[in-house]
Amino acid sequence: MQNISYLTENFGKYDVFSIDSYINIGGFQSLRKAVTMDGDDIATILSDAKIKGRGGAEYPMGRKWSQARAVKRPHHCVVCNADEGETCTFKDRELITNDSFNLIEAMIIAGWAVNAEDGYIYMRAEYSHLRPRILNAIKQAEDRGFLGKNILGTNWNYKIHLYSGAGAYVCGEGTALIRSIEGKAGRPRMKPPFMKQSGLFTRPTCINNVESLSLVPHLLRDSTPYLQVGTKESTGTKLVSVGGNVNKPGVYEIAFGTTVREIIYGLAGGIQGNRKIRLIQFGGASGKISDARILDIPYSYEAFAANNLIIGSGSVLVIDERTSVIDFLRYTQDFFLHESCGQCTPCREGNRHIRIFLEKIKNGTYTDEDIQTMKTFAKVMPMSSLCGLGETAQNALKSAFNIFPEVFASRKQTEAVG
Amino acid sequence: MEEMIKLKINGMPVEVKKGTKILQAAQMLHIDIPHLCYHPDQRVKARCRICSVEVIGKKRLLAACATECWDGMEVFTDTKVVRDTQRGILQLIMADHEENCLTCPRNGNCVLQQLCSRFNVLRPNLTHVSEAIPVKTTNPSLVHDPEKCVKCGRCIRVCKDVQGIEAIGFAGRSTGLKVTTPYGEEFNKTDCVLCGQCTVVCPVGALVEKDDTNRVLEAVFNPHKVVIVQTAPSVRVALGDAFGLPDGSIVTKKMVSALRMIGFDKVFDTNYGADLTITEEAEELIDRLKNNKKMPMTTSCCPAWVNFMEKHYPDEIAHLSSTKSPMSIFSAVAKTQYAKQENIAPENIFSVAIMPCIAKKYEAKRPELGRGGIADTDAVITTRGLIKLIKYIGIDFCNLPESEFDNPMGESTGAGAIFGATGGVMEAALRTAYEWMTGGKPMPTLEYLPVRGFDGIKEAQVEIAGHTLKIAVVHTLKNAAFIMDKIRSGQCEYDFIEVMACPGGCVGGGGQPVTTTFAVTKKRMKALYMIDRNSKLRKSHENPYLKKLYAEFLEKPGSEKAHQLLHTHYHAREKEFDFSK
Ligand SMILES: Cc1cc2nc3c(=O)[nH]c(=O)nc-3n(C[C@H](O)[C@H](O)[C@H](O)COP(=O)(O)O)c2cc1C
Ligand code: SF4
Repeated sequence: MQNISYLTENFGKYDVFSIDSYINIGGFQSLRKAVTMDGDDIATILSDAKIKGRGGAEYPMGRKWSQARAVKRPHHCVVCNADEGETCTFKDRELITNDSFNLIEAMIIAGWAVNAEDGYIYMRAEYSHLRPRILNAIKQAEDRGFLGKNILGTNWNYKIHLYSGAGAYVCGEGTALIRSIEGKAGRPRMKPPFMKQSGLFTRPTCINNVESLSLVPHLLRDSTPYLQVGTKESTGTKLVSVGGNVNKPGVYEIAFGTTVREIIYGLAGGIQGNRKIRLIQFGGASGKISDARILDIPYSYEAFAANNLIIGSGSVLVIDERTSVIDFLRYTQDFFLHESCGQCTPCREGNRHIRIFLEKIKNGTYTDEDIQTMKTFAKVMPMSSLCGLGETAQNALKSAFNIFPEVFASRKQTEAVG
Repeated sequence: MEEMIKLKINGMPVEVKKGTKILQAAQMLHIDIPHLCYHPDQRVKARCRICSVEVIGKKRLLAACATECWDGMEVFTDTKVVRDTQRGILQLIMADHEENCLTCPRNGNCVLQQLCSRFNVLRPNLTHVSEAIPVKTTNPSLVHDPEKCVKCGRCIRVCKDVQGIEAIGFAGRSTGLKVTTPYGEEFNKTDCVLCGQCTVVCPVGALVEKDDTNRVLEAVFNPHKVVIVQTAPSVRVALGDAFGLPDGSIVTKKMVSALRMIGFDKVFDTNYGADLTITEEAEELIDRLKNNKKMPMTTSCCPAWVNFMEKHYPDEIAHLSSTKSPMSIFSAVAKTQYAKQENIAPENIFSVAIMPCIAKKYEAKRPELGRGGIADTDAVITTRGLIKLIKYIGIDFCNLPESEFDNPMGESTGAGAIFGATGGVMEAALRTAYEWMTGGKPMPTLEYLPVRGFDGIKEAQVEIAGHTLKIAVVHTLKNAAFIMDKIRSGQCEYDFIEVMACPGGCVGGGGQPVTTTFAVTKKRMKALYMIDRNSKLRKSHENPYLKKLYAEFLEKPGSEKAHQLLHTHYHAREKEFDFSK
């Protein structure tokens, strides 16, 4: 198995509190290059690298940037989504911790590319201990003229602001995030208007995940190593956050195409106590689940799609045989029941009823009709919820219907068997 | 030329203007897509999701209220997935809804009930999860029963976007989301002014007015009470809606018959009180102008506006005209002059007011509007309350014979009638003030158009006897706040300002039928102007019984006696919770 460090190249190579040490390893070269380029050409580089957003929604990043550029309204802004609320997802934390200046450089390049006047970093409350290093990086970049007025003699002005969330998962959703920054209750709003048209403070807004953004300076410096690895549809590398009952939980950079087995048994050191895998959830609480059957598929967008899975935020949560499927589903459901913002009916009410049905299954007190009703609502929620939270909350349950049908078997049958 | 868009709904072609939403496009084909949080006068919220429909090419259903049509769009409102979803959402709402339809104030005109009937929800398939939450009732006007709330947010929108008050909002998350006053305080302790607009837009029984109809019937059945009733101008143009007549039908005479059948001893007209209010207010205006008193003067007939001033601009209450509102002026005369004339002990008179308003319930309870500890107005019921009484009596309203108001307080002028529309008080006051200031010359045009219409703030200058009277007409409290801020900062040039809290004035009042919308309100305004045009007398001071009252009892407008009986005062009300600081 190849060890790769493209995005994590700078980790441990410089002092994240010192801009000089960052500059010494080539820091801000990409920005210097970017300001000689047209924003569309920068977007093209991202499109050529086939980068899909790393926040979870997998939207093509190059397309997002060129669409943002095309919006003719003034006062654009860039938002970095550092809310990292998905369960078992902690790669953004590693990027901020170990490569703070790279993120700042990325934010400046993004600002240049989409003609923004301001950049905002929205970071989850739990990462407050990382605030000093971001604020320090912003300050030092300002002192050196990488931020502020007339950046690198381009006549372009740009500032970066840091905001902290208050602990709501839903605030990672773009519209809820901007409302949170605006000082309003962090509840998503309907689209349109789309963020690119009217986002933060009604300004045209381009929002990206920490990992998506962090790729940009690397790609501008030298994209060849990135373009050389991966699979047909999934170019380059990806950070995976591996957690759960593995021996070595952590963030690993892998080339797309690495098998799931290599991730779990190679990088993460296998399962604690050599137990059997009960299930694996990919992409956080909103992700889908499978069992050990998929261990040998490659970690890529296309192979995952073919196996009814999603890469999403890039998390790999391994649950061993000690936890039952129904318990896992109950915990996942508890998460959404707690995190729903509550404003739209299907999500607010649906989550609690699904939770009640799961409890009945756990207790063996369900009827066949309950299962049917639960299946209906597991469809109603994604079909009609206002935002992505309600849309994806039943992903785990729905994949469980396929992978673990025995959990939802007719009670007449189970009773007959004994 | 407006860009047109072609789409198909359930296979049927339809052409709509660019920007039209699916919901409206479907309406053009006479398809009613179920909806709950959507309200025609409000910004789209798209939160109840019951209008979800299928659009070819989309993986998920789209909210019909929020989605603009595009060329070539194909919409389906009748597929299995749409039905499962819409019905499922309904079941979800029901599982969290206190089910006591039989004793609910909205029984019979509840949007949720109608949807359940439409979707034939026969048996709950979900665990009932609603929890008992205390009902807020410690004010005279408004009842909030959160257990019935469907979290549509219509009330919050109207309170914020129309009235600019924000006395209620969403708090909490997930299943804990609720509509609440700040910190769950009782309404009287919040910024709420009891305008009742939230009770008009609430689709269910979560926000309703306090019921007084049963109390009124008790009085009707009490042999020792002479029960008199007065009806506000805008009730007669709204009542018919509830009985299937076209919006804005004038049903004055049927209404009078119905009131007699309900058992009221005397059926009088608030319009008479309105004529008195105008006469006193015109005199007050002239007095303020002549004697350089506090200017500008503002009207004070709208109780929500008075509450608003007392709570939100307590430092500016001197602008309010001291003249009592038509309702209170009527009741004051009823319990004094009328009682004397008819030889009835005032305490044996039970004075009922039928109002398009729930803030009037609060006004009636003001201690300064009574005598000897007894309120002048004993009970206020809304247009909605009257509808209930008529239904209780079991009369076929549409086929009722017509009859006339009783004398003497059933006599009124067209000026009294237009009180119910924004601009109406101003127009009525001008008709009288003009004549008095010019020594008897009538207004060149009796119908003063600059103050008519639905604009939020209307301004005009009227030349009267060498004096330029600067006037403004305002409706909704959001607009009122705008004007009051100008007054407070001294940038205001007006002499006389009319304010009504509800959109369109009382015709769009917080006690009107729940089917009230801006469009309906406009039709009612037209109807009021029609009543005025068809009146023999159109100037308040020409009301014969009013003239008699002054001649025999009050001497003249603005006299000391008139002041004692027909004027009042206001109180600065400290906000107990001031969130602006
Ligand atoms: C409920 C919900 C929570 C989300 N949380 C996050 C998050 O914590 N971090 C993140 O980057 N994106 C999150 N997203 C995705 C964002 O909405 C958005 O798609 C993303 O920030 C765009 O950046 P990308 O294209 O670079 O991924 C969330 C989406 C939803 C619906
Ligand atoms: S889907 Fe859930 S989180 Fe999203 S808006 Fe609706 S209630 Fe809020």
